[in-house]
Amino acid sequence: MFTFISKRILEAIPTLLVLITISFFLMHAAPGSPFSSERALPAEVLANINAKYHLDEPVINQYFYYLGGLLQGDLGPSFRYKDFTINELIAQSFPVSAEIGIWSFLVALILGVGCGIIAALRQNSWVDYSVMAFANLGIVLPNFVLAPLCILFFSIYNHWLPPGGWNGGAWPYLIMPVIAMSTSYIAQIARITRGSMIETMHSNFIRTAHAKGLPKHRIIFQHALRPTMLPVISYLGPAFVGIVTGSVIVDVYFGTGGIGQHFINGALNRDYSMVMGVTILVGTLTILFNAVVDILYAVIDPKIRY
Amino acid sequence: MTISKTLIASAVLAASISALQVQAADVPAGVVLADKQELVRGGGSEPATLDPQKIEGTPGSIRSKDLFEGLYNQDGDGNQIPGVATSYDVNADNTQYTFHLRKDAKWSNGEPVTAEDFVFAFTRSVDPATASPYAWFMEIPSIVNASKIIAGEADPSTLGVKALDDHTFQVTLERPVPYFVKMTSHQNMFPVPKKVVEKWGDDWTKPEHMVSNGAYKMDEWIVNEKMVFTRNQHYWNDAKTVINKVTYLPIESPNAELKRFQAGQMDLSYELPNDHYKQLLREIPDEVVVTPKLGTYYYQFNTTKAPYNDVRVRKALSYAIDRNVITKYVTGVGEIPAYSFTPEVVNDFNPETPDYATWTQKQRNQKAQALLEEAGFDKSNPLSFKLLYNTNENHKKIAIAIASMWKKTLGVQVTLENQEWKTYLETKKHQQFDVARAGWIGDYNEASTMLDLLTTTHGNNDGKYSNANYDKLLHEARTMQNPAENYNKAEAIAIEQDMAVAPIYQYTEKRLVKSYLGGYMPNPEDNVYVRDMYIIKH
Repeated sequence: MFTFISKRILEAIPTLLVLITISFFLMHAAPGSPFSSERALPAEVLANINAKYHLDEPVINQYFYYLGGLLQGDLGPSFRYKDFTINELIAQSFPVSAEIGIWSFLVALILGVGCGIIAALRQNSWVDYSVMAFANLGIVLPNFVLAPLCILFFSIYNHWLPPGGWNGGAWPYLIMPVIAMSTSYIAQIARITRGSMIETMHSNFIRTAHAKGLPKHRIIFQHALRPTMLPVISYLGPAFVGIVTGSVIVDVYFGTGGIGQHFINGALNRDYSMVMGVTILVGTLTILFNAVVDILYAVIDPKIRY
Repeated sequence: MTISKTLIASAVLAASISALQVQAADVPAGVVLADKQELVRGGGSEPATLDPQKIEGTPGSIRSKDLFEGLYNQDGDGNQIPGVATSYDVNADNTQYTFHLRKDAKWSNGEPVTAEDFVFAFTRSVDPATASPYAWFMEIPSIVNASKIIAGEADPSTLGVKALDDHTFQVTLERPVPYFVKMTSHQNMFPVPKKVVEKWGDDWTKPEHMVSNGAYKMDEWIVNEKMVFTRNQHYWNDAKTVINKVTYLPIESPNAELKRFQAGQMDLSYELPNDHYKQLLREIPDEVVVTPKLGTYYYQFNTTKAPYNDVRVRKALSYAIDRNVITKYVTGVGEIPAYSFTPEVVNDFNPETPDYATWTQKQRNQKAQALLEEAGFDKSNPLSFKLLYNTNENHKKIAIAIASMWKKTLGVQVTLENQEWKTYLETKKHQQFDVARAGWIGDYNEASTMLDLLTTTHGNNDGKYSNANYDKLLHEARTMQNPAENYNKAEAIAIEQDMAVAPIYQYTEKRLVKSYLGGYMPNPEDNVYVRDMYIIKH
């Protein structure tokens, strides 16, 4: 296991470097610059700004400056939010998205797996059909539709919840973002769980368990659940990264101040260092959670040993 | 107050200005105030910075007006009223302004606001080390050496600003600029606390360090969530300020903002979604406030390229746009059709109505057809081009409507091309377009803020329109006591004669304002101050 983990870490470094390099040059190849604006700046004003941010130097030099900073943990100044560094912005926004994300993940996992199992055990019954109808609805209903619908229902028609804001993560502010964030994941997880459970329930070792006369709950929880979870877990790794790095829709509609908005705005504003910062964050988390998934596989599946 | 008056009798004027009533929350008798004086305002997108000398967008600008105060403020009609300065004197050749600062002006840490703070602020604005995107704002009134300092050819300390004593601030200009005092309400000329900026550097705007001289001070700043200001107890007019706490919510989507307003979580919005305008007008007519704004929406012709270098083509395209249809049915939020480049709301200048504005649309269409035919385009050889706009629903609707007007009236084949914002800017900057959507919001309330845009060397003249007479008129106007005549001639050349651009409509500011919010006085430059507002018991 130790060798496995160290090997994964060593592999992560070149992967990240490739990711950083490609993103850096792609970003700089986009037309315009962080400082192009409707009001064309006088050449000498633009020159002063470019000098301050090293934009007057060749891109390759800028690349090495960036890597130099990165080695010291410095993601650089934001080109858009001039009063903040990228480190400060990520430190402020990532915990917000992570909190919404972790709650959404737990909700999605519990409801998704629960619904999937129930649907599988009552295959082709009305329970199965309604759970799957809900799942399909959850998948096709985009969160940019769901978020305003939630606000209409919970805040405008019924004054139950605040329509937006974060207030340090107080629970009334958390509910709607979690609903908007988790719905599609609940649906996906329910579908995967259902399929996997049905397959497991038809395998030989379950038939043996039945034949031995084991009670149904023991068959499900002690024997069927583990193999059922394998495909779910491989979905959960990347899903977890997606869910904790937030969503621009949730951030825009609920004004939570999460990191999701930075992905889109960073690119639109040509905030080079912001785009790099969030890319590195997502890259690192993806590598990390893929490794976690592999480890979980080894724990769950007795056939796999590292 | 007219510009000429400013110049003719500056001494008298200085006295009269100081006698003008200072704006503050002016609660009419009989109005009962709410117990909780807390305002929540939509703030547009998250501001790029709150450093007055670096702010370039409206979101930063509106917030800075609560935190800081410059030499002069503006009232609801856009007139100058005393701020930190109580009066000023001008020398005989109108190149040296001496401002007398009020002695009770204080920073939020209790220290006095001095002339030295203004010297420091003006100097750092042009200092290349500050890298301010608005440094050019100091070049417009031609403050001595501003241009040279920005270009790195002179030391920042040589800027034409001086603290004669703690409460007397002097600015020297290279040439007389009649509208200089108007410019002092702009955040780029706000003072900043010298000691604090020197101590904290770029970090001075952080809530834990920021010191400000306006009616409010910064309490909390969470990017993309909120910004909270509380009363600055040391503000000289704090006794007349009513609202205790202002929260700005950075919401870019007008729809998301509307939801907050409807749910009762916001008192004053930043804008309103055009699609909902008519419905809102039906449901909450008292809370929809639309006011004229100093800006023009227009289409730009690439005059470096045939056939747009042919005035007949430009005129044909401009005449064939039915501006009434656009403002009534397409935008439909109280916009005013534009036939001149300068909006009517500008101070001290009423653009003369050009001839084509007085014709009926039918006459304009006939004229347009004749002109286009004369230029060599007809059914067998139709004009076809690309119409460029930046990706946005409203621009798209307008483009579709105008393209269909052109097609119907002139048989012109238009391909719509939308580009993401920064790409669009680059495309325009390099003249890689035929006809493009454009808009301009004035920086100060004087016609040159618009008209300068069409001079040959202006950085935003993306259509590369050039007319020596036009340039000459505007150059002369800079030092004229009454430039209105030149502005009219300039309008006649650029629009009536050359149709350098096709003006479409004059912008409006449209907001949702709760009926219990008093003292909201938007002016054409959108200089609104929360210290003038109050919440009525409801």
